[in-house]
Amino acid sequence: MNFQIVMLLGQDGLTNGAIYALLALSILLVFTVTRILLIPQGEFVAFAALTMAAMQGGTPVRLGWLLLALAAAAMVMDIHATWRRDGRPAVRRGSVLGVGYAAALTVLTTLVPLGDAGVAVQALVTMALIVPLGLALYRVFYQPIAAAHPLVLLIVSIAVHVVLVGVGLLMFGPEGARTEPFSDGGLRLGMVMLNSQTLWVVAVSLGLILGLYLFFERSLYGKALRAAAVNRLGAELVGISPELAGKASFALAALIGSLSGILIAPITTIYYDSGFIISLKGFVGAIIGGLASYPVAALGALLIGQAESFSTFWASSYKEVIVFTLILPVLVWRSLSHHGAEDEE
Amino acid sequence: MFAKKLAVSLLFGALAAGAAAPADAQVKVGVVTSSTGPIALVGIPQKNSVPLLPTNIGGQTVQYITLDDGSDPTATVAAFKKLITEEKVDAIIGPSGSPNAMGVIQFAAEAGVPMLAPVGTAAVVLPMTEQKKWVFKTTQNDDLIAEALLAHMEKAGIKSVGFIGTADPYGDNWLKVFGEGAAKRGIKLLASERFQRQDTSLTAQGLKILSSSPDAVLIAAPGSSSVLPQTTLYDQGYRGKIYQTHGAALPDFLKLGGKKVEGTILAASLMLVLDQVPDSHPSKKIASDYVAAYEKQNGSKPATFGANVYDAGLLLERAIPVALKGGEPGSAAFRGALRAALEQVKELPATQGVYNLTAADHSGFDERGRELITVSGGKWTLVK
Repeated sequence: MNFQIVMLLGQDGLTNGAIYALLALSILLVFTVTRILLIPQGEFVAFAALTMAAMQGGTPVRLGWLLLALAAAAMVMDIHATWRRDGRPAVRRGSVLGVGYAAALTVLTTLVPLGDAGVAVQALVTMALIVPLGLALYRVFYQPIAAAHPLVLLIVSIAVHVVLVGVGLLMFGPEGARTEPFSDGGLRLGMVMLNSQTLWVVAVSLGLILGLYLFFERSLYGKALRAAAVNRLGAELVGISPELAGKASFALAALIGSLSGILIAPITTIYYDSGFIISLKGFVGAIIGGLASYPVAALGALLIGQAESFSTFWASSYKEVIVFTLILPVLVWRSLSHHGAEDEE
Repeated sequence: MFAKKLAVSLLFGALAAGAAAPADAQVKVGVVTSSTGPIALVGIPQKNSVPLLPTNIGGQTVQYITLDDGSDPTATVAAFKKLITEEKVDAIIGPSGSPNAMGVIQFAAEAGVPMLAPVGTAAVVLPMTEQKKWVFKTTQNDDLIAEALLAHMEKAGIKSVGFIGTADPYGDNWLKVFGEGAAKRGIKLLASERFQRQDTSLTAQGLKILSSSPDAVLIAAPGSSSVLPQTTLYDQGYRGKIYQTHGAALPDFLKLGGKKVEGTILAASLMLVLDQVPDSHPSKKIASDYVAAYEKQNGSKPATFGANVYDAGLLLERAIPVALKGGEPGSAAFRGALRAALEQVKELPATQGVYNLTAADHSGFDERGRELITVSGGKWTLVK
């Protein structure tokens, strides 16, 4: 083990750690605002990566159909809700817009070959598909039960995850896929070659984290989300819609997930079920942050990336064991330092 | 297209639930595949090959009952029990995965139902025991493939090898078989690294291999997971020979690997290089017919996994007429006779090679069941 190997392993750990950090932040965001543990977060990653790959490989992009189905379900639920409330069915403009948007995107991705459109356009289309998917998931599965016990929300999350993995197999097939790197070459720092994709990952992650910071500290919507996270009832009393907060946090989580997927797709082969294990590591990061602190969660996720990289080098067969065992001392320490665990319900 | 497919599959799902058992079938064969879950890439071509299996053998109609185990060994056991106790099948083809197969051997043996397993690991038929007597394996044993690779290594003057394999029974068995063979030929195994199919980075494994600087690297992984180790090694600047197992023998390997897998050597069945094999090869016509029929039905070329199920059908086609002399389908006597008849199959050409089964060898391939193949100019090419 020499200096160069340490640097290469560190770079590898940093790339993965940055992705885990992004996922840890979005899991944390969704949890604090809605008390939902977003298990399907990984599906955003995998679906984004596979959609990019499908566009580049010239195979049919089918994600639009899922979005269309969910938008239609949301519309039906909206109509049903107004019926129950007012005694007569009415169509809200928002749900019509949603269905129209999903239909337009489905037509676009089915008919227009995006293979030569360039990475930027493909990434934009992918995000245009995934972000509303997050919204629709919240509307269809979580909004009707938003006030339920966190345990119920967790069980629904697991169900949504399992269904999405199955739908993923149907949409993308069992084979893995990979996309073109954004740019070739890299940056030489002394004797270490920094991979260009690593630079992309780190740069985009830093940018996103900075953007989130500004959003939460400076903008009214960000502050409203924070208020909803601190005290749900209080936020509602001062006029912050919990529905809006839930939808906004899901849209942000989907945005972060799709960006992670787009970033990681050129580095590795992604399968329809790869998302879970990636987001699980982000989740471990969020746990290290006690599901409360953003900076600690991000640092924890970076630590997971490094631990993974180095433990793979020393004992590749036991890598997952080592990474997930890391969570134990953290949990012990947290439970010892917080006497009399308070139940928030 | 996709919406249509979805509608059709939903419709068939509903129909299959309602009409699982037509009355007049005489020989019943259960098929268990993993067409969903982590090893769906193996199970899907297998499931798609079921409609191509013979439906009339020796004057008897054959009914196939297909179940999905979702890649879960527990579900495989449940599927086997259902087939044996409720459907009273005469034979079972499947399951798709090695761990799934290991778990059901005892149930097949207790019920006395011959099981034709299209799985990779030789552990289902070796070492032969009283229970494994009921298992037949329609894939090449790992050691047959390993022998071909080792012979090529020896000829190329390779003295040391690094190994990267998946952390599952496939990788386990390859490490064992290859390690033994290499020791016999005086080839040193310098490093052995493992990974999971879903791993997002193999940098560390690659570095470990690089730092031991072997003459060649063998990658043992099923399906498209065999690509990432090789491209990682390439990106890290490794330019030695890279060997792959028959697990990499699928079209996606070339698509995912691109230029970085040029020059790879692997040993696999002739299906990848059908047009380059001489017409005199006993398997050529059967394999071409299978590929054509599969393509017509599904619109894509089959991975070799599907051919393993098709071969099981060919074995049954040879054995059932013999077994019919031993008893009526549906009886224990028939199943016993079927087992004995399968054991007697000699010189049966199939899609993967030629079967010569004996009481001790329930896989029965010889060197006609493997070809040395390399990647040249982005295409699979037969090594002459």
